[in-house]
Amino acid sequence: MAKQLETICITTGPVEVGDYVTLNIGPIHPAMHGTLRVITKTDGETIVSAKPEIGYLHRGVEKLGENLTYSQFLPITDRLNYCSAICNNVAYEMAVEKLLGLQVPPKAQLIRMIMMELARIADHQVCVGILGVDLGALTPFFYLIIQREEIYEIFEWHHGARLTNSMGAIGGVEADLPERFHEKWPKLRDTIRKANDETDKLLTHNRIWMDRTIGVNAFCADDALNWGFTGPMLRACGVKRDLRKEEPYLMYDEVNFEIPTGKHGDVFDRYMVRMLEMEESVKIIDQAYALYKELPEDAPLMKKVPKIIKPPEGQIYHAIESPNGELGFFIKSDGSDKPYRIKIRPPCYMVYQAFEDLVKGEMISDLIACLSSLNVIAGELDR
Amino acid sequence: MSLKDRVADILGKDLVALNEFRGDLCIEVPKGRIVQVLAKLKEEGGFDFLSDLFGVDNLDLYAKAAKKKKKSQEESEDTGETKGKESVQPRFEVIYLLLSLSTNERLQVMVRVPEDDLELPTVTGLWKAANWPEREVFDMFGIRFKGHPNLRRLLMWDEFQDHPLRKDYPLEGKGEERHLNYDIA
Amino acid sequence: MADWQIDLIKVVFIWVWALLIAVVMTWVERRASAMMQDRLGPNRAGPFGLLQPLADGIKLFTKEDIIPERARKILFILGPPLFALPAFSAYAVVPFGDKIVLGGKEIILQVSDVNIGFLYVLALGAIGVYGMVIGGWASNSKYSILGGLRATAQLISYEVPMGLALLTIVLLYGTFSLREIVLQQQGTFLGFLPNWGFFKQPLGFIIFMVAAYAEANRVPFDLPECESELVTGYHTEYGSMRLGLYLFGEYVNMGTLAAITVSLFFGGWGLPYVDMSRFLGPVSYGIASFFVFFLKQAFFLFLFVWVRWTVPRFRYDQLMGLGWKALIPLGLINLFITALLVQLTT
Repeated sequence: MAKQLETICITTGPVEVGDYVTLNIGPIHPAMHGTLRVITKTDGETIVSAKPEIGYLHRGVEKLGENLTYSQFLPITDRLNYCSAICNNVAYEMAVEKLLGLQVPPKAQLIRMIMMELARIADHQVCVGILGVDLGALTPFFYLIIQREEIYEIFEWHHGARLTNSMGAIGGVEADLPERFHEKWPKLRDTIRKANDETDKLLTHNRIWMDRTIGVNAFCADDALNWGFTGPMLRACGVKRDLRKEEPYLMYDEVNFEIPTGKHGDVFDRYMVRMLEMEESVKIIDQAYALYKELPEDAPLMKKVPKIIKPPEGQIYHAIESPNGELGFFIKSDGSDKPYRIKIRPPCYMVYQAFEDLVKGEMISDLIACLSSLNVIAGELDR
Repeated sequence: MSLKDRVADILGKDLVALNEFRGDLCIEVPKGRIVQVLAKLKEEGGFDFLSDLFGVDNLDLYAKAAKKKKKSQEESEDTGETKGKESVQPRFEVIYLLLSLSTNERLQVMVRVPEDDLELPTVTGLWKAANWPEREVFDMFGIRFKGHPNLRRLLMWDEFQDHPLRKDYPLEGKGEERHLNYDIA
Repeated sequence: MADWQIDLIKVVFIWVWALLIAVVMTWVERRASAMMQDRLGPNRAGPFGLLQPLADGIKLFTKEDIIPERARKILFILGPPLFALPAFSAYAVVPFGDKIVLGGKEIILQVSDVNIGFLYVLALGAIGVYGMVIGGWASNSKYSILGGLRATAQLISYEVPMGLALLTIVLLYGTFSLREIVLQQQGTFLGFLPNWGFFKQPLGFIIFMVAAYAEANRVPFDLPECESELVTGYHTEYGSMRLGLYLFGEYVNMGTLAAITVSLFFGGWGLPYVDMSRFLGPVSYGIASFFVFFLKQAFFLFLFVWVRWTVPRFRYDQLMGLGWKALIPLGLINLFITALLVQLTT
């Protein structure tokens, strides 16, 4: 009993004597997206320490991966970052393809690009919308979420699922762009832009919004790199780094787009980076779609892969730019039909471990704002 | 100068093995020198970003290799002299994924950790990013990191006894359930 | 009819009316927010979902009533009524119409025309805080206590600017009685504007409005509740009809504040430029004045909803900063200028 109590104490940290109040936020709390938990010590409303506890959504994905075949693992990747499942799917597929030494046909690459950028828009929409909700502005969330539903409509036409997409297969994609996509996209592009515009009007120059976000948990670039930040979080700190540009995969080197960056790494910059990235994604889809149109209609979608995938022995690491940052898959193969070891590098894992540094000395309200702007998805955090 | 040569140049004697597969370079370094090697790579090699850090359990791999060997030996009816050597192969690997922000090159640095000495020096002094990954490696494989500021279980609960990503841990678990004794007044 | 009978009828009427406004407001809030957010809102119960509040009420009444084990029981029970009742009581001094002649008797459309009208309103507003603080304290939960503390600090700080804004009105009209103030606001100001407090005291109105939003705990000042930070703040631990009373009290409070805004700054029941009593009979004039008042009140009620779904929420320290660093100095300056002008012109 005594031993057990000791271990419990380790979980919550030793009890400190002082005039601090321990406030346990989560795992069940309206602002803790999914099952996150932060144990904070507060002095009034100021945070003295904030210890994130993770693992409430740990499902042993990596262990599962070692016991499933390469194709069977694909649907499990949906459950990592469920806001942009397609990015996980494609990241995994590309990692396996790298292991196999495959090059997928250009049409499949373009479809993957289009779908991934759509997923990126959807992910950013959720993140920005939730940030608004957590700061008390509920309305923009609906403007954005309606557009996300429209995007999900396209996903549904293409591969039948809305949230857990399981798009594509190792070696390509299973289906061409749906018929309805061709007329849907021009309309959707406009409505996405309109929704972003409305959100922008409601939030960006709103005095309260600026007060709540500008300068709130600002982070400097050196620290961010030291902590292993990637993606929008790093770009908000002013580092112009995007794997789509730095290590181009698929056909990202054939499209033009900008990398929006912030300056101070505060909540406002993260919000702005995400807002601008949505616009860039729209541009990428337009260009990718134009490239797609140039291809003949009967161009192949799949590379020939054996039914049972048995990659040669070896280990590879492949990373793509997911909406949250660098999403990498390390796969070690022992030559059998199951991966010997799969390690997923979730982007928000690295970001979330710096949480205490981010929020120390700020107020409880800022902690919530910070958490929403990090876009921590428990699914990929805990795996 | 290719990455391979450059790395070899920087590390010199510390480079135990070098392996390239599909363009991914993986180097093996001695266990005791890992912090120095990584510091050198960070300072001289420009690998200034720690992308990830994780462990691999090679138990099954060795078992498979041994089986294969046995089979081939049986086929050739060769009496095994090398059998003893198999068991001394270190069971675990810890892989550090490094990235150079200026050249966008990636490098896998691998150390082998034998089962009877499950301890590695921490690299949290070099990269704060190693904080949680090291905790996770401890959680999943039981490898301890000396000097880590807060080496507790990360994903599994504190009372959990095993290390689930080891190959000898069954997929279904061993029937552990979370029993917490709360004082219910 | 004896006077007390008339008074009783008035009390019952205004009670029911206040309740009705609050009930309908819950529906308006949901429908209006839905309209603003491209949604449909509740549309199943009754025509346009009008019976939705009824369904909600039934649901709240039939829910299990839970009192947390370690709560302070008496205070826990006392909290919600203490919050809701002052809100209702404040209606007593609101002049919701001019007068109506029934059976040869002239009846003023106000429960009681006390001569300290809005001192009474301020006092009741201050009592309402106890409902939140006691509820937050008695729940024995950290979120609740934080919500309660925020409520105390917020309401105390915003009562000062509100009082300052109201003082200018007192200076201007020389009376505390709401009825008197409304009567003085008929006619025109400077020849072309309605003779409303709003045109004489624009700054006072803005200060009052901001303070009113803070008093009503509405976004952007809904920090005591603040569902994303403090779960739901002071009523986190409440359920069933106790929670219902808190939610309901908020809407009644809004109704009161809107009514007081109308009486103080927007000429109460009077139509601008038109004297209704001239061409309407005594009975129809009473009814018409009541509806004019109601329409104005409805506009301010809708404004509450509109603002709520448009802006984000303040942070606690920013809220305090706004109260003490902006509104109170402004209120003082406004008071000084008004006093000067009143002194010079009379």
